[in-house]
Order: sequence, then structure tokens, then C-alpha cells
Amino acid sequence: MIASLITRRRIQLPAAGRAAHLVERNTVLYRRHWLLLVSGFFEPLLYLLAIGFGVGALVGQSITLNGRPVAYAVFVAPAMMATSAMNGAVYETAFNFFFKLKYSKLYDAVLATPLGVADVALGEITWALFRGSLYALGFLVAMAALGLIKSWWALLALPAAMLIGFSFAAVGTATSTFVRTWQDFDLVLIVMIPLFLFSATFYPITVYPGPLQAVVQFSPLYHGVSLVRSLTTGSISPGLLVDASYLVILAFVGLAIAGRRMQRLLLK
Amino acid sequence: MVRSSTDAAALVHARGLTKHFGALVAVNGIDFDVARGEAFGFLGPNGAGKTSTMRMINCVSAPSAGELSVLGLNPVTDGPRIRARLGVVPQADTLDTELRVDENLYTYARYFDMPRALARQRTRELLEFVQLTDRAHDEVEPLSGGMKRRLTIARALVNEPELLLLDEPTTGLDPQARHLVWDRLYRLKQQGVTIVLTTHYMDEAEQLCDRLVIMDKARIVAEGSPRRLIDEYSTREVLELRFAIDARPGLDGKLAGVADRVELLPDRVLLYTHDGEAAAAALHGRGVRPESTLIRRSTLEDVFLRLTGRSLIE
Repeated sequence: MIASLITRRRIQLPAAGRAAHLVERNTVLYRRHWLLLVSGFFEPLLYLLAIGFGVGALVGQSITLNGRPVAYAVFVAPAMMATSAMNGAVYETAFNFFFKLKYSKLYDAVLATPLGVADVALGEITWALFRGSLYALGFLVAMAALGLIKSWWALLALPAAMLIGFSFAAVGTATSTFVRTWQDFDLVLIVMIPLFLFSATFYPITVYPGPLQAVVQFSPLYHGVSLVRSLTTGSISPGLLVDASYLVILAFVGLAIAGRRMQRLLLK
Repeated sequence: MVRSSTDAAALVHARGLTKHFGALVAVNGIDFDVARGEAFGFLGPNGAGKTSTMRMINCVSAPSAGELSVLGLNPVTDGPRIRARLGVVPQADTLDTELRVDENLYTYARYFDMPRALARQRTRELLEFVQLTDRAHDEVEPLSGGMKRRLTIARALVNEPELLLLDEPTTGLDPQARHLVWDRLYRLKQQGVTIVLTTHYMDEAEQLCDRLVIMDKARIVAEGSPRRLIDEYSTREVLELRFAIDARPGLDGKLAGVADRVELLPDRVLLYTHDGEAAAAALHGRGVRPESTLIRRSTLEDVFLRLTGRSLIE
């Protein structure tokens, strides 16, 4: 009567309606902790003020974009915007996701309801993306107020930042599934800090010797920065498609790994 | 045990159900049916395969082999539809510790896609039912073990489940908290909710289960109502004797023939007999002088001991 169950386990496909309820759960939580939510926005803003304007006063207009010299803050600001999108997504998917996965056992409870692992992954990544986008939007407004936006293309910087958030959320989630203890997050920071410092954030990639430039090209933040910087400064080129494609591919690789790992960890 | 007439109506139907974790066989080809409205128990020691079985029914663990249907559906392909109609109380509390007591119930109701107004109403009703209304706005962490358990039970009821799965519902609770949980579960049973529970407490199984299976080492070793199992596998009464440590060796031979069966446990001697008084008198006549004597009725603990040669709680 019932087909034998030795068949390969099927993965339950995600449904937006189910995943949305997990996003809603996070809004219930942050309704009371909104200060925590916005805290991550300030770090890149402080860097912009200290380095973009502070160091920028020493640098002068020695950096050129599209053959024209630009103020240093104009160069640094889009990098900080890309970083803010990355931060929002990584804070959420690294630390918070790990806590919910391993400590509070939230997902064990959630999986007893109609939600499946793909819904959980989709819900949490959407939320992380939302958090990253919120930071990026705030940053974009701050940039406009400080006169650091040089082109109407900047309107596309927000979707670009969302793509950065999506990629880092997917990779962050996948990484968290391999983390064993809180100490392992030190390793995550060892990756995050060089990523932030050396992804052509504070100076053009041309500063590096050739072979090192090739290495930097692997950094997802490098492509994120390149994307946002091109849009806020209006230097549009086909290279943008390469940057966007890299982030999209990374997002799907991250998603696939996260889904498989969660399946293994939660549906034993 | 084949009852094809009831099988069609069974809420849970398992034949040859098996679960492997690598080389470990957690559940080894078990057969059982749970009928609608019944309180059905899995009784057995830790590691017997109870939790693995529950996780398969809950559609969060795919069977390695065998047949399983839950609410007439296939857990492997119909997980979301089945889980929408289940209530689950896991062995360890998995409350959302970042949310408050009432938010735990509200968000859980939303996972079941319940409209917001209804979710709020269910939250109020269930907090009342588990007597936590005055803690509604509190954090979860400071609650006592018993309160967390009651909140977990309330959470499992949020979708008005047809089938309630409880994995060791009162393990780790003090006696008063246990009785409060039992009282709530008994009320649910009266309301006609089908209950499947696991336990290693024989008193819990006797109190709550209409029918149960005894599991040991991944297999079912007996099935029946608590009363029937006791009648079948044990005697009406048990004479329990405790001796001073140095008095034990002198017992050899003196116990023979007094009871149907004798179990020598590390801390006491159990004599299975239909008449405890008579057995005690006979031993007294033979000069046996225990430190304490207790005559009691047989329990599921005795059934388990008989079937496996071991105690339930080791």
C-alpha cells in the first residue's frame, strides 16, 4: 500500500509564505531590541568620517576615477556602504544564526511545524538581507547628505548592496554550520578583517603588484565595492556585470552548502 | 496483532520501521498502530529507540527502511501537511529563549500560518490552560523547569493538533510539577486528543497510556494495556525484601519454592507471587529475617524486569 521508504530522502522545497513567518519572528524580537539592530550601521560611518574625511584631508585629490580626480571621501564612501551591507548580513548569519542553530535549538522547534530547512534558510537569509539593506539605505542617505554621490546611477547602489547582503548572508549561513564553538568565530574575524581592509576599500586595486591584484579579485567584498563605487560615482562599464555575476554565483554556492549542511545537522 | 479493520483508521501505522545511524541500529523493524483518540506509549530505558521513533513520526527524520504512515500520509513526501496537524513536545525544551512567554506562543502559531487575531486569542487561551497567564510578559529563561515544560506543552497545542507527540514529558521535573503536567495531559485525553508519548517512568505510562509497547534495544518486546501487560508478564503481588549487606550470602536455598519467580537485584530481593502475605509468612518460618518487607502490586517496572532482565532506570 505505501511505497517503500528506502527511497532517497527528498528535500522539501522552500515556500516564501512559510519562510516569511521566520522573518516575522525576528521582527517580533527586534521590535524590543531595535538599538541592537541599528548599532551595526555606525561602524562604517565612523570609518568614513575618520578615514574618508580625516585621512582624506591629507590625501587630497590624488585618486582618479574615469580619468578625473575625485575627493578621497567620494572614493571611500561607496566602499563603506558595501561594507555596511556585508556587516549587517554577517552579524545576522554568523553570530545570531549560530546561536539559534546550536544553543537555543530554535530550528529544532521550528522544524516541528510546517516549515522545512529550506524555509528556515530562506527566512534567515531574507532577514539578514533585510538588515544589510537597512544599513546600506541609511548609508546611502548619509552619503547624499554629505555630498558624496556623484551620479543618478547611485539609485541602483541600493539593489547592489542588497546583492552584497544576499551573498554574504548565504556564505555566512554556510560558514556557521561548520562552526563548533564560539572560539571558532575568531577564525571568522581573521577572514573578515583583511577582507574589509584589502578589498580596494581604501585605495585602488592598482596599488597592488600584478599577482596580488589577482588574489584580491577573489574577494567578494572587492566585487561589492567595485559595484557600489561604479554606481555612486557614475563610472559605468561592462565590468559591473562580472562583479554582479561573481556575487550571484557565490550566493547560490553558499545557499546550496547551507541547505545541505542544515539538512544533515537538523534532520538526522 | 494484525487488525486490518482498524489499520485503515490508524493515525500512525508502522511496519518493519527501521532507523540506522551509520552502523548503529536505533530502531530495528518495529510494528505498531495508534488509533484515533488513544493514548499510546513507548516505554523503555534510555537508548531503546523511543526518541528516534518519535522523530520519524514527526517527519524530521527519514526512516531507513520499512513502512510508516502518519495521519494517512507519507512522512517523507508530505512532511509539511502532516506537521501542520501535529503537536510536538520534544525531550529537551526548545523554547525561543530570545522571546517572551506570550511571544513564544504567538510566533509559534504564526509558523502554522494562523491569522494574527486568532494567534493572539490562542495565546491567551493556552496560557490560561497551562496556568502561566501571570508570566505572559516574562522572559523564558527564569521560569522553573515545570513552567517551561507547561509552556512547551501549550506551544504544542497551538494548532489544535489531532495528534500530540510527547517525548519524555516529565523527565527532570519534581513530583509536584509532574502531577500538574499529568493533570493537563489527562484533560487533553478527555477532550479526545490522540496522544503518543515516550517515557521511562512506569507510573507515567500507567497513569496516561491506554495501550503501550515496551521497547528494548531498538525492538518492541511486548504490547498491550498496562493492566494486560502486568497480568500477562507478572504476578498479582510482589514481596520486596531488603537485607543488611552481610546477610545476603546466607539466603541461598531459603527462597526456593516460596514464590513463582525470584529476582535478586543489587539493593533488594523481589519475590513474585499471587499472595505476598503467605510468602512473607513462609519465609519467616524458614528463619529469613529481612531489614524491611514490603508487599505491593505488580507494576510495569516488574514487567520490564521480567522481559529484559534489567531495571528501567539504571
